[in-house]
Amino acid sequence: MYAQQVESTGSQPKSLNKMNPKERAFQERIDRGERIEPKDWMPEGYRKTLVRQMGQHAHSEIVGQLPEGNWIGRAPTLERKAILLAKVQDEAGHGLYLYSAAETLGKSRDDMTKELLSGRAKYSSIFNYPTLNWADMGAVGWLVDGAAIMNQVPLQRTSYGPYARAMVRICKEESFHQRQGFDIMMKMSFGSKEQKAMAQDSLNRFWYPSLMMFGPSDSESVHSAQSMAWKIKINFNDELRQKFVNQTAPQAKYLGLKIPDENLKWNKKTEQYDFSEPDWKEFFEVISGNGPCNIERLAARNKAWDDGEWFREGLMANASKQSKAMNAKD
Amino acid sequence: MSIESPLWEVFIRGQHGTAHRHVGSLHASDAETAMNNARDVYTRRNEGLSIWVVPSNQIIASSPSQKGSMFDPSQGKIYRHPSFYDIPKVVKKI
Repeated sequence: MYAQQVESTGSQPKSLNKMNPKERAFQERIDRGERIEPKDWMPEGYRKTLVRQMGQHAHSEIVGQLPEGNWIGRAPTLERKAILLAKVQDEAGHGLYLYSAAETLGKSRDDMTKELLSGRAKYSSIFNYPTLNWADMGAVGWLVDGAAIMNQVPLQRTSYGPYARAMVRICKEESFHQRQGFDIMMKMSFGSKEQKAMAQDSLNRFWYPSLMMFGPSDSESVHSAQSMAWKIKINFNDELRQKFVNQTAPQAKYLGLKIPDENLKWNKKTEQYDFSEPDWKEFFEVISGNGPCNIERLAARNKAWDDGEWFREGLMANASKQSKAMNAKD
Repeated sequence: MSIESPLWEVFIRGQHGTAHRHVGSLHASDAETAMNNARDVYTRRNEGLSIWVVPSNQIIASSPSQKGSMFDPSQGKIYRHPSFYDIPKVVKKI
């Protein structure tokens, strides 16, 4: 998903009888399915983990605009251009909902922006891959947004109120993203031989990076155990990855495309697809800054921020001038 | 980095005669920019016919620590609900 490796406290969740009364009351609220709201008491670890997760999620939405923004000027028709613009605009909105949710925990927007621009904060590994042909816009919508939805739907039930509410809005908008992607894939797969080859090439490149989006196996991770006890995380990574493969394999078949995995086959006994794991060494390289586009993505975000500085300053100068004039009139 | 622009809360009234409802927040330098941003961010899919933007620091919120003293008293006043009163079935239209 968009937050692939969120560190929590680093220790196993405490059992109820080892908690102090405040922690225990808090955990019991979560166990009852109550939502935690910004001004409620919360353990420091809960606040920190949430800020980290929402930050990674928000940064991913913002950086996620870049691979698609790359194609706005070159979309093949006016309709596709309008659709792509709307999608990229949605991603900006999603980033904003999530930044706002994180701000309710006392983290300022500028701080979060600084963390992204300096490279300290993580964002999803998927956006460090290039979008080389038009079919990539199809594959990104179909696979990348498809994988994101897999994770975002359960997060609508997450324990932190503002985060859950942001997720509800995001999920409503996200399904358009996946469907427009599949629509592009249909057009390409059922088009000329060259178009179909482009669609296949795109699937070949995006398949394993999409599987990486769920993050490495975390059934043994203490971070995930704590996040799950707090209902910040709802499912294990492997669980969602399997669900994604089960859902996507028949869709690829419909398109007449071949998923680049010789081991992919339906297992009658488990009633699931067997499949190959992605190359986790590659994943760790990409997430730690050495993917094909990491430098380019951060440079683009930094340039946008720097180029916009005079405008942000102008807006603030104008606002303060106006309010001074108003005060003078009073 | 310059001064961060202030935070605004956004309220939208939907189409069916309902009240304005809180939908989220955003940053903007002044009221006009806040209104424009709210339109762009929160009404891209016909979500509303009217927008309110309010500076976040102007909202006075009740405190969770006072939840008990604020809201518990009303729990004991069940006579404020119509179902408190037993009216014989023979009596109609009440």
